Amino acid sequence: MRVHGRVGDTMTTDTDPVLAEDPITGEEIELPADVEVGEIIDSPVTGTELEVISLDPVVLEEAPELEEDWGE
Amino acid sequence: MRIGVLYSRIRRDEKLLLSELRDRGHDVEKIDVRRERFGLESTTANVGDLDLVVDRCLSTSRSLYATQFLDSYGVPVVNGPETGDVCADKAKNSLALAEADIPTPATEVTFTKEAAMESIEEFGYPCVLKPVVGSWGRLMAKIDTRSAAEAILEHKETLGHYEHKVFYVQEFVDKPGRDVRVLAVDGEPIAAMTRSSDHWLTNAAKGGETKSFDLDDRALELVDRASEAVGGGMLGVDLMEVGGTDSGEYTVHEVNHTVEFKALDEASEVDVPAKVVDWLESKAEQASDAAEAQV
Repeated sequence: MRVHGRVGDTMTTDTDPVLAEDPITGEEIELPADVEVGEIIDSPVTGTELEVISLDPVVLEEAPELEEDWGE
Repeated sequence: MRIGVLYSRIRRDEKLLLSELRDRGHDVEKIDVRRERFGLESTTANVGDLDLVVDRCLSTSRSLYATQFLDSYGVPVVNGPETGDVCADKAKNSLALAEADIPTPATEVTFTKEAAMESIEEFGYPCVLKPVVGSWGRLMAKIDTRSAAEAILEHKETLGHYEHKVFYVQEFVDKPGRDVRVLAVDGEPIAAMTRSSDHWLTNAAKGGETKSFDLDDRALELVDRASEAVGGGMLGVDLMEVGGTDSGEYTVHEVNHTVEFKALDEASEVDVPAKVVDWLESKAEQASDAAEAQV
């Protein structure tokens, strides 16, 4: 089964792929089954980094750009 | 146990950690620090009944403030704000290592480009200029000539944030094409790897090739002492081999407080996330015992 929208607030609970709309192109893209809120996904369409904002429903946004104090 | 995870971006490292925590049946509270407010007495973050919070903030500034606030509420957090404060700043990091008599590259800090030029000339060429806050090899400069030094210093002074006017100048260590990253918890190594590259920067984030590494007694001792020097916790201790790969001598150039471990997990045979969660469980138990003792 392929679904838009997930159970749980911040993580998925099954092994089915998750479908979402690419916020830049509007195309439907497939996310890993174990996708998490806060996770960064590379758009398979444009290569842009997308952040998973919510899972129910699945919402993606363009990820924040790298900042100078990011790292270890 | 209820374990909080401070984050602003879920990397592969956080996914490994979250997965291991959930597999063991722990109740995980993900705390996106971008969405929370931190007051002097309390926070909007749901931290009230957490046994432990682990800081996985990608942003150093958020990491430092968020852990400081949680600590002020009495919420047990690893790594603690004191460790973060020392590790997040390369100058404080170098001072802590030197004060503990741990071999570390010769370093000077200056506040004007003229004074920085004097440091650079005294170190000789090549030497290294680093931002005091930064990671993944960003904005690091290996300076080979005086004219390059002049250009870099002028750019930093003109274009930079005020922190770029703190010039951190360091000797260039002629390492054998690799450095050593050790993930350690309170001084006890979980795993270690070398990071190799033809480039002078060997960071895994810069594409350095990683390979599992066996620590000798001297490296074990230095990791333990470096951990203690910065206040302990889950740390990435970086060493360079001095005098070749078989010399058994090292210099510790950095200790990282929000350490990434995905590359180490892939390079070594150790189940790194499992070892990390073992340690988190022990820290949560310690925090719980300490809280009970206070009642």
